[in-house]
Amino acid sequence: MESLIALLEQNEIFNPQTLLHYWDGLVMTVQLVFLSLVVGALISVPLAVLRSSDNPWISKPIWVYTYIFRGTPLLIQLYIIYYGVVYIEGIQDSMFWPVVKDAFYPCLLAFVLNTAAYTTEILRGAIATTPKGEIEAAKAYGMSWGKMIRRIVLPSAFRRALPAYGNEVIFMLHASAIASVVTIVDLTGAARDIYAQHYAPFEAYTFVAAIYLCLTFGLIYLFKYLEKKMLAHLRPLS
Amino acid sequence: MIDFHGYGPSIFQGAILTIEIAFLSLFLAVTLGLLGAIAKISKNRIANGIATLYTTLIRGVPDLVLMLLIFFGGQMLMNSFTDMLYDKFEIDIFININEFIAGVITIGFIFGAYMAETFRGAFQSVDNGQIEAGKAYGMSQTQIFKRIMFPQMMRHALPGLGNNWMVLLKTTALVSIIGLADMVRLASEAAKAVHEPFTFFIPVAAVYLLLTALSELVMKKLEIRYSAGVVKG
Repeated sequence: MESLIALLEQNEIFNPQTLLHYWDGLVMTVQLVFLSLVVGALISVPLAVLRSSDNPWISKPIWVYTYIFRGTPLLIQLYIIYYGVVYIEGIQDSMFWPVVKDAFYPCLLAFVLNTAAYTTEILRGAIATTPKGEIEAAKAYGMSWGKMIRRIVLPSAFRRALPAYGNEVIFMLHASAIASVVTIVDLTGAARDIYAQHYAPFEAYTFVAAIYLCLTFGLIYLFKYLEKKMLAHLRPLS
Repeated sequence: MIDFHGYGPSIFQGAILTIEIAFLSLFLAVTLGLLGAIAKISKNRIANGIATLYTTLIRGVPDLVLMLLIFFGGQMLMNSFTDMLYDKFEIDIFININEFIAGVITIGFIFGAYMAETFRGAFQSVDNGQIEAGKAYGMSQTQIFKRIMFPQMMRHALPGLGNNWMVLLKTTALVSIIGLADMVRLASEAAKAVHEPFTFFIPVAAVYLLLTALSELVMKKLEIRYSAGVVKG
């Protein structure tokens, strides 16, 4: 421990000031990722239900949305929203201007739309694999469509979607690094600032890579635990 | 027709560069992935350890951070290496890591880790009896690999491989951040110059969409080809 303190005192890069900057970046990254995942998940549930509809007029438009957002790079989506929002007619005079002037909200919007598209497809896959017997049983009980979706289809679909959703969460954490491109000081942005200040790219980026690694392992562990709890009924005996 | 204000041809050049980077890094990724997978299923503990370290570390860090690390950090390392050469041996050289090589190496290196996991799973799902049958026929190790393991492994690996390719294709957009003049960078420069972001970014997005749609088609064809001989239930 003492040697660690001595090391921290000796080197010029990891002083309290830069560590605090990294901390601010960490807070920003966690905020961005958490908010976009929550909002994205909320949007994706109704979309996934509609996407599973047999009526092509309902399911096809949602397919187009997910296809476009999954088929283009997130960076382009971010650029379109971040640079494009300024050019919307009359936005600078509207009440939305203070909100979109900051890079945070356009960035959040891009992340939400992106993760909602992926999550919708994950959930759709899970809904499609609902055992037929369960739906028949729900109908035999005289459940309405809404009740059936709420009580039978969604709870089991959420469980089956869990492993794929875990990957999506990690993907989102990693994708959030591009927020630094549009002037947001997230973890990667903090590393860029510190690199510019001390001209020490190797130290600055390796440190930030280590933080991301810890976050990723934390998430992997969390989802392993959740899977063990929620998917206990699917585990092979013995 | 859309008015590109004369930026059309250069963005087209950028699109070709994007495709070049994608294919070169795919080649590197598949090579690294095969090596990694073979190391992971081998009984050699050192090879196994290195491959496991490689796949876990790479898959835990964002691709942008790795790219910046290799591009900026790699240049610093290279500089101190050439400085050392000059100090010790009076050899005066300057090695410049250019954006293109940094981009290809980083993307190849990152997706090599994902490919290794895909291939490892695929190798393991080849039926052991088939390999034993190969041995019983007196085939050599390379023959077994070439004739039995590889073709069947590909069948299992294809869906994952296709997925990785799509993600790789979209990741190439990140090379614009380290200064490579791919179509994303050229489009963003043009968009800033004439203040028309939609005119440039939407066609670029459409090109990516076209590339992923085409890839999907090719993957379907390949999957049919490689599942020849599979009895469908």
